[in-house]
Amino acid sequence: MASHIGFPTALFYYSHYPFWLAFFNRLGIEVVTSPKTTKAILDDGSREAVADACIPIKLYHGHVLTLKDKVDAIFIPRMVKINRRTTFCPKFLGLPDMVRASLPHLPPIIDLQVDASRGLLGFWPTCRGLADLLGRTRREAWSAYLEGRHHHHAYQKLLQAGYLPLQAMAKLRGETVDAPARTPGSLNLAVLGYPYQVYDQYISLDIIGKLKKLQVNIWTMEMINPARLYRLSGRLPKRLFWHYSNLVLGAAYYYLRQENIDGIIHVTAFGCGPDAMVDKIMELDIRKFSRGQIPFMSVSIDEQTGDAGITTRLEAFIDMLHQKRRGNR
Amino acid sequence: MKKVSFAHMGYSYLGFKQLVEDMGFEAVVPPNPSPATLDLGVTHAPEYACIPFKMVLGTYLEVLNKGAEMIITSGGVGPCRAGLYGMMHEKILHNLGYNFEIFVFDPPLTGLWSFFIKLRRVIKTAGISWLAFVDVIRRAWAKLKLLDELEQLATGIRPYEVKRGDTTRTFHSCLKIVEQARSQKEIAAAREECRQLLQSIPRDNGRRPLRVGIVGEIYVLLEPFMNLEIEKTLGEMGVITHRSIYLTQYTATDVLAHGAQDVRQLAHPYLNQFVGGHGQNSVGEAILYAQNGFDGVIQLAPFTCIPEIVAKSILPRVSRDFGIPVLSLTIDEQTGRAGIETRLEAFVDLLRQRREQMEARSNAALLPGY
Repeated sequence: MASHIGFPTALFYYSHYPFWLAFFNRLGIEVVTSPKTTKAILDDGSREAVADACIPIKLYHGHVLTLKDKVDAIFIPRMVKINRRTTFCPKFLGLPDMVRASLPHLPPIIDLQVDASRGLLGFWPTCRGLADLLGRTRREAWSAYLEGRHHHHAYQKLLQAGYLPLQAMAKLRGETVDAPARTPGSLNLAVLGYPYQVYDQYISLDIIGKLKKLQVNIWTMEMINPARLYRLSGRLPKRLFWHYSNLVLGAAYYYLRQENIDGIIHVTAFGCGPDAMVDKIMELDIRKFSRGQIPFMSVSIDEQTGDAGITTRLEAFIDMLHQKRRGNR
Repeated sequence: MKKVSFAHMGYSYLGFKQLVEDMGFEAVVPPNPSPATLDLGVTHAPEYACIPFKMVLGTYLEVLNKGAEMIITSGGVGPCRAGLYGMMHEKILHNLGYNFEIFVFDPPLTGLWSFFIKLRRVIKTAGISWLAFVDVIRRAWAKLKLLDELEQLATGIRPYEVKRGDTTRTFHSCLKIVEQARSQKEIAAAREECRQLLQSIPRDNGRRPLRVGIVGEIYVLLEPFMNLEIEKTLGEMGVITHRSIYLTQYTATDVLAHGAQDVRQLAHPYLNQFVGGHGQNSVGEAILYAQNGFDGVIQLAPFTCIPEIVAKSILPRVSRDFGIPVLSLTIDEQTGRAGIETRLEAFVDLLRQRREQMEARSNAALLPGY
């Protein structure tokens, strides 16, 4: 039976990888992740995936391709719901089917559904199904599930303590990671966006790294308790349908209320469906609630976006924030 | 009298105009969509919103400039973005300084109570009784059904017409007749008259038109301006088209019930999950067309439409497995008529050749119309 399972380092990797890693390891299965994104991976993905898809989806196809010959099976869960209130973007819902239809000669795809809208135990029904599929007992599955949950909580705790997802994962692996430090007096910038867009160093053009070099304190949506974000995003007359969008919008409302935040940056991908809505709501509401006091910039990235262009925009934005600070004093 | 308006979608505006007027409002009929409407929408809409969003926003701006005070529209349950459009349109238009009321009706099955509350408010504003309202709805429904029926009839006749453009001209004079009909009796009479008119178009029954199914997103399917009159263009090339969505049939199966189960069943081996909008339907219906011996399938999708992107990536596999050519057309504000026509011509040529090859192989002509 499958002893090597592939896990592409894209999309929900940044939210749920620690859980699945611990779960599979406990069952004695090795998890193989795809390497860091490179131009070749993105190009492969763009070539194979449907042309209208957004970059994160194309990238996912690329990552699946790198795993193709290395593993016995690829784990592409169908993320439907992880709470009762929202679902995922339709591209997540159809992800296993899209991958299967676009990429030929793949190893078996494990595409169990994650639907936590019924029952209280989140991933457990999926884990139970996985155990049946892999020929493990319920008891083994249960202890692996608990282990996974334990890791997930530890991961969440690190994120809320201010570690960025990749750092937090490194710390969970036992590597030494510098504790997140904030320089008092520097600019405080909220960088919001879907984790798979913001933390992938290649497709985000390393926005986080660039901002760090500009000596800015970075605040992200992972640093706040998701339940709180959901409460805040529930203020809209109609709740957004998508999980990640609720988090991003909730975070925008959260940081709007913080006195120390100097500006908000929204990182989005070209052709992202939900973001067409989220970005407009952010633009209108940030202006409305801060009475035009908090600058907002939206950075949309596609395959052609140049590194220099982004650097210039970020520097200009930071310069403007500095000037604004001096002006207010 | 309150001035009420609604979105423009195909020929349904005739039905909605009657509905609004019979309730005692003054109807601000949305003008036929034009490039100017689209420009207005594009100016104020988010860049990556799909074309229906931009078009409807442009329409609202036009009717608000004409003095509409209340807009009635439909909502949705997601995860397709269309379910949030009511809220987004309201936010954007209020931000532009327009003052109006908007009633967004979500499908009743998702929230019977809120549906009822909203309906009660609309009826109260109108000042009519529930009994009268039921009658109003029934007549509007009959009209919408008639419009769908005539459209279907026209697409079936067009490929046979002797004089090019006859059917379209007759269809437009039928629309005028239907517009005049108000009571059930008049609508029934209009039905007879229009059927006769359409049936009496001189036809050449010796032709053997191809049959093409059209699947995709509801707005670009229903609004001829949006799909650049694809059904007329194909019809005049000698193709019988069948659309997977007609407004009344869609309302009956998807808005008031849980969707066409047989189509979803067919889609299961390829897409085993409802992805919002018409994504799963597009896959299932393409299979249905293949099973019913259609010559080809055309998918119409607005640019950035999420469910249709999912369907689009799966359709090539359906095409391979069922041996039916599928053409996916993505529509945005840059789409030009000439480009679409060229692609349609090429597609139709391909279908013709394919049929000839199949006939040569079987040494027999296929029956006309098949």
